Amino acid sequence: MPQQNSAPSSGDFPPFQQRHLISIADLKQHEIIDLLDRAEGMIEICRQERKSLPTLAGKTQINLFFEPSTRTQSSFEIAGKRLGALVVNMSVKTSSVTKGETLVDTAATLNAMRPDVLVVRHSAAGAVELLSQKVGCSVINAGDGAHEHPTQALLDALTIRNHKGTLAGLTVAICGDIANSRVARSNLLLLGALNVRTRVIAPRTLLPAGIEHLATEVFTDMEEGLKGADVVMMLRLQHERANGKMIPSVREYYRFYGLDEHKLSFAKPDAIVMHPGPMNRGVEIDPAIADGERSVITDQVEMGVAVRMAVLDALLQARNTP
Amino acid sequence: MTRPLIIDNARIVDPASGTDQPGAVLIEEGRISDLAIGGPAGVPDNAEVINAGGQVLAPGLIDMRVFVGEPGKEYRETLASAGAAAVAGGVTSFVMMPDTTPAVDDGALVDFLIRRAEAQSPARILPSAAITKGLAGKEITEFGLLKEAGAVCLTDGAQSIQSNALLRSAMAYAANFCLPFVHHVADAELVGDGVMNSGLFSTVLGLKGIPREAETIPLARDLQLAALTKVRYHAAQISTAVSAELVRAAKGRNASVSAGISINNLCLNENDIGRYRTYFKLAPPLRTEDDRQAMIEALKAGIIDTIHSDHDPQDSEVKRQPFAEASNGAIGLETLLAAALRLVHSGDVDLMTILRAMTIRPAEILGLETGRIARGAPADLILIDLDYPWQVTEKTFRSRSRNTSFEGARMQGKVTRTLVGGRTVFLDEA
Repeated sequence: MPQQNSAPSSGDFPPFQQRHLISIADLKQHEIIDLLDRAEGMIEICRQERKSLPTLAGKTQINLFFEPSTRTQSSFEIAGKRLGALVVNMSVKTSSVTKGETLVDTAATLNAMRPDVLVVRHSAAGAVELLSQKVGCSVINAGDGAHEHPTQALLDALTIRNHKGTLAGLTVAICGDIANSRVARSNLLLLGALNVRTRVIAPRTLLPAGIEHLATEVFTDMEEGLKGADVVMMLRLQHERANGKMIPSVREYYRFYGLDEHKLSFAKPDAIVMHPGPMNRGVEIDPAIADGERSVITDQVEMGVAVRMAVLDALLQARNTP
Repeated sequence: MTRPLIIDNARIVDPASGTDQPGAVLIEEGRISDLAIGGPAGVPDNAEVINAGGQVLAPGLIDMRVFVGEPGKEYRETLASAGAAAVAGGVTSFVMMPDTTPAVDDGALVDFLIRRAEAQSPARILPSAAITKGLAGKEITEFGLLKEAGAVCLTDGAQSIQSNALLRSAMAYAANFCLPFVHHVADAELVGDGVMNSGLFSTVLGLKGIPREAETIPLARDLQLAALTKVRYHAAQISTAVSAELVRAAKGRNASVSAGISINNLCLNENDIGRYRTYFKLAPPLRTEDDRQAMIEALKAGIIDTIHSDHDPQDSEVKRQPFAEASNGAIGLETLLAAALRLVHSGDVDLMTILRAMTIRPAEILGLETGRIARGAPADLILIDLDYPWQVTEKTFRSRSRNTSFEGARMQGKVTRTLVGGRTVFLDEA
């Protein structure tokens, strides 16, 4: 194995065994910890004046976003560029590529350009998996419908670990639109794999079937659910959910499920507050908390770049290892 | 005049009479003219003799739910290719769903299908007629004229009528013409954007779920309206324990109620979807193993009357898609019998019960003279090698489509010969 010249690098870790990162469910516990440890090293690099570790020099990374997302796409772009990859952004307008009709065709077209890694976001669960079956390179899931968003769960875990020193023994409460959230699913799988106590808190209309098998505990009352929590993870409520079908109104949602000082007072005094963004201040979270001292939301964004660097590095290292 | 034909040295399994004994049948002019149970048959002069070698001789299967692409989507399936697939699977008659382009909602189209099927299909194709014009669920079709043209039953195929009032009048009008009323039960709003069974597995996959109540609520409604209107009612396909309970209770009050099930819901469960395998995206959805077991019990208890293939040819353009965006349906004519025999070999269901649900029960419900081995009945017969091992491979399918949910499956038991009207229309080369 070639030795890297910078301090913490892929050479310090055993080869990563996965070809793609589609789902947290595919990862073994040691692989999750391995990725978090790799990301730890990447934080260092990102905080240096010269933020580069050219392990991906000569590699091509294509960001293929069927669903627009400025923050996730830039995070992957910066991660790839800091590792020296050639990064190409292909934002697919929903008008030109209507539905999945051309998904398989798009995969074949991109595959012919010989990328080394594809970063894909799509509105349909399973679309990234389908695409990964049709290409010869590594594929990273940047969010597929309500299925998974694995790098978000990894960056959340890294954020928690850095604030709390460890994940062991913690209680993490995930609050909001669990039914439609890929962030919730990936987090529940990842935290579950690391034996962290998980709680979900939501009105019954936003709790998916069988959720009691994925979370340690299920609550419909925010105050009950937050009691003794070390981490409070808020989810974005899509405005269209508050249309009288699932939720009667934003104001009722905020009254019972929005995170305010009173509800937060039930969590541990040192509890941290997280949000995957973009936030709806005044819908699921009080602006004073979102921007307050217990919020680690901007740390999450920083960890996002480090985690994505670690994932890109690990997957491409695995492909280079016979 | 054709030569008489004897099928000798067979194990005759005829659910209509409860026969399961060695014997022989004599076929003349396309019909069964005699059968000898137990002993060897006397051979008339000039008769052609087929030695069954102890294989099962059963009535040809009657499949109550088959979608064909003709007219409109001939690239998926034609009457000829569906017929060839049917007889290769031991299906000698099938009810063709009206879901074509245009929909079968007019007597002229029924007449066209009957003529064309007679010319092109080795299997008997029995057209059903749409309950509502264009399968739109708004206005009823000309039931009387459709019956005169030869439709064997009424159904809106894959569609489920949502309006209670329309359903009531459609059932009453169907009763007027003594036409069996076959209805797929699905509450459109409860199905909503759902694409698979609602439960832990749908949540893990991030797919919208379909609750069981999307089936049981319209089924309860249908059964009450059937009692009210006295129509001959057949729940096209059920998939949940509560549905079976509803049908059982309704049968206690009303003799002209019956229910069917897709072979998929008897042999597969939601776990087969695995990682978004769209050939397992079906309606009703595959449910849990508990549901599947409950369906087997309902079949054994006689609550479920018929088993069908739900043969639904789809091309890769609509199947090679993200799960939520893919079309429903899987082909099944060529695997129906082998899949059903899995339940026999596993000891879940006996051979007589399985065959009853694919022969005499559909014949009784539709008022057909086929589906039995009896003097005077049409000689629609199949020979089955119960233990024949084979592996399903799409490459050998006669169907024009490839969307099988049994690709690669190892099967035990196969049709070796199929006769329709006394003529051999399929002979296994192996």
